[in-house]
Amino acid sequence: MTDQDKILAEVTQNEYKYGFFSDIDTDIIDRGLNEEVVRTISKKKNEPDFMLEFRLGAFRKWQKMKMPNWAYLKVPPIDFQDISYYAAPKKKELKSMDEVDPELLDTFNKLGIPLEEQKHLAGVAVDAVLDSVSVKTTFKEVLAEQGIIFCSFSEALQEHPDLVRKYIGQAVPVADNFFAALNSAVFSDGSFCYIPKGVRCPMELSTYFRINAANTGQFERTLIVADDDSYVSYLEGCTAPMRDENQLHAAVVEIIALDRAEVKYSTVQNWYPGDKNGKGGIYNFVTKRGICRGVSSKISWTQVETGSAITWKYPSCILIGNNSVGEFNSVAVTNNHQQADTGSKMIHIGKNTKSTIVSKGISAGKSENSYRGLVKVLPGAINSRNFSQCDSLLLNDTCGAHTFPYIEVGNKSSIVEHEATTSKIGEDQIFYCNQRGIDTEKAIGMIVNGYAKEVLNKLPMEFAVEAQKLLQISLEGSVG
Amino acid sequence: MLKIFILKMLSIKDLYVSIDGMEILKGINLEVKPGEIHAIMGPNGSGKSTLANVLAGKEEYEVTHGEVTYMGKNLLEMAPEDRAKEGLFLSFQYPVEIPGVPMVNFLKTAVNEHRKYHNEKELTAGEFLKFMREKMDLVEMRSQLTNRSVNEGFSGGEKKKNEIFQMALLEPKLAILDETDSGLDIDALKTVAHGVNALRKPENATIVVTHYQRLLEYIVPDVVHVLYKGKIVKSAGKELALQLEEKGYDWIKQENEN
Ligand SMILES: Nc1ncnc2c1ncn2[C@@H]1O[C@H](COP(=O)(O)OP(=O)(O)OP(=O)(O)O)[C@@H](O)[C@H]1O
Ligand SMILES: [Mg+2]
Repeated sequence: MTDQDKILAEVTQNEYKYGFFSDIDTDIIDRGLNEEVVRTISKKKNEPDFMLEFRLGAFRKWQKMKMPNWAYLKVPPIDFQDISYYAAPKKKELKSMDEVDPELLDTFNKLGIPLEEQKHLAGVAVDAVLDSVSVKTTFKEVLAEQGIIFCSFSEALQEHPDLVRKYIGQAVPVADNFFAALNSAVFSDGSFCYIPKGVRCPMELSTYFRINAANTGQFERTLIVADDDSYVSYLEGCTAPMRDENQLHAAVVEIIALDRAEVKYSTVQNWYPGDKNGKGGIYNFVTKRGICRGVSSKISWTQVETGSAITWKYPSCILIGNNSVGEFNSVAVTNNHQQADTGSKMIHIGKNTKSTIVSKGISAGKSENSYRGLVKVLPGAINSRNFSQCDSLLLNDTCGAHTFPYIEVGNKSSIVEHEATTSKIGEDQIFYCNQRGIDTEKAIGMIVNGYAKEVLNKLPMEFAVEAQKLLQISLEGSVG
Repeated sequence: MLKIFILKMLSIKDLYVSIDGMEILKGINLEVKPGEIHAIMGPNGSGKSTLANVLAGKEEYEVTHGEVTYMGKNLLEMAPEDRAKEGLFLSFQYPVEIPGVPMVNFLKTAVNEHRKYHNEKELTAGEFLKFMREKMDLVEMRSQLTNRSVNEGFSGGEKKKNEIFQMALLEPKLAILDETDSGLDIDALKTVAHGVNALRKPENATIVVTHYQRLLEYIVPDVVHVLYKGKIVKSAGKELALQLEEKGYDWIKQENEN
């Protein structure tokens, strides 16, 4: 037995003593959604009253709403009564790595993910969870010294209810859209992060360090509040595919930036995209929005989207504070039968507000990849600026790329620029690489990474390296 | 004592090539032995680049007839990247730009793909940079260029130099230089020729495609071929290049029209 296995074995046994498994087993409620279910969830989580009211309010609105159908997506009907809304979404308890799908392991290895993390991501027993708990504890101490709060949403509701109450629903109101309302009614858990005045968070905060990070399931909710003059860089995501049986993933992320605060939010999304024939995969309907509430505040979204069968996602910024800045940098890859309708909304309300949108779509296989963006400059947002650049790269003739830019400018002193290009990957470029001994798959990886470089450069270092590998892997077998 | 001589490095027999149903090469025969330098000349559109690209394995070209043996193997069955790793190098007439891909990464990948193929240890970043610097001196490649994306924004001459620089890094057995001299100023021409000569080994061979006899003053060919309308219509010693420069192609055309 290697040391690592020993530690894992110990951990497993320890946890077992405390009945860790049975806890999970009992926490499943019947399928279906009604007011009672919402009450049960809130009760099980021992939530303060305001939270129950919030959930119920959302639920009542959701009941009157319809699933949006304006996106360039073909979404099969979803039976919302056929989902269990409080099944701790951990499905399979795998006993060892031998039980994990070899194809998945192959991908892990290609990504160079260390073994203990692989086990964690594949959901093998309790394994390295303890590992990340200990990491998390030391981590938490460092953060606590600076007054930074970083914990699960449930914990925040117990420990910091006033903070949650003050900010929840500010960026994404309960009835913002169908999926946000659903999330607001039934969200299971998520992350909460508060950076106090004047504090620069000394490390990148990552969901990886959160307990149960791999199991928070389909309705996560994240709330990040950056107080005056603070800074935080937040990384979200699963950098490896999870075989998730739950088909629907409807998360909400809210960011509030106060005076001169800066929040960087980076995502590498690689949920299971379905198989080559378009069977299975995650439907990813996510609402992400940040409010630059304070003067000179800044929120930047950077995303690398390679997974999910369907992606519906528009990380946005509402620029209220004068001189505030919003950024959206995106690489979205679709292959096989994947569909993505993604982009951003930049709403300029304050004076001298600036926003930038850089979107790089890469389509392969029979996939459909759409950019949808809204830039809206209100009459009062004088001297505002937006620059949008939307590029599409096609890897073959069977995939589709579309751009739907909407621009509304309410005053004369603001400038909005939009550039869009569509190109096909160059046979000549691939041949040039081949002639230097580089095979076609590697060549495509290289060319695509070059194409997406501007966005990848915005990611934190370690993330960028993984994202690069991911781009290559997700396009494997896409040409030829 | 057993000695293996590879008498023929490249052997092209009765090669016919079409693109989009249009026949471009119409029965090419050519043999290249280790140590030799062959020059191919011929009017625009006669099929010189087509020949070079077919040898390198470009897909659009359809070989309708004939065979090509390279180092004892059937070249036409090999994937283009394997041809490269087996030592066949093409210096492109028009090198393409690959935006966003740094030269250094590109070259390191290429060199390491070659090394892997030959069961050699891959070079680390440090080792590669050292190796690269040596070769840069050889063709007087400026380091500003290696820091840029592949060929992006390179001047015409810089692109050609960059091709020879890559040749220096990959140390091919058979180098095909497709009009590497066009676009080079006189000094650069000398540098490039010097680089090519410095890389010469008795076991290697070079095919030089050119329109100008000037290059051949520096890279002296053993044989000069004239490609005309998809066929090699004349082969002779290096003096043929001089003759062509003086008289142009009319006399060749006339010889072949009757
Ligand atoms: N991809 C292609 N599609 C269509 N025609 C082609 C293609 N490549 C080559 N040709 C045609 O084949 C013929 C030979 O072209 P090639 O480039 O081999 O000539 P060349 O001898 O290299 O000429 P130059 O001296 O101008 O470089 C030309 O008529 C050219 O137009
Ligand atoms: Mg040519």
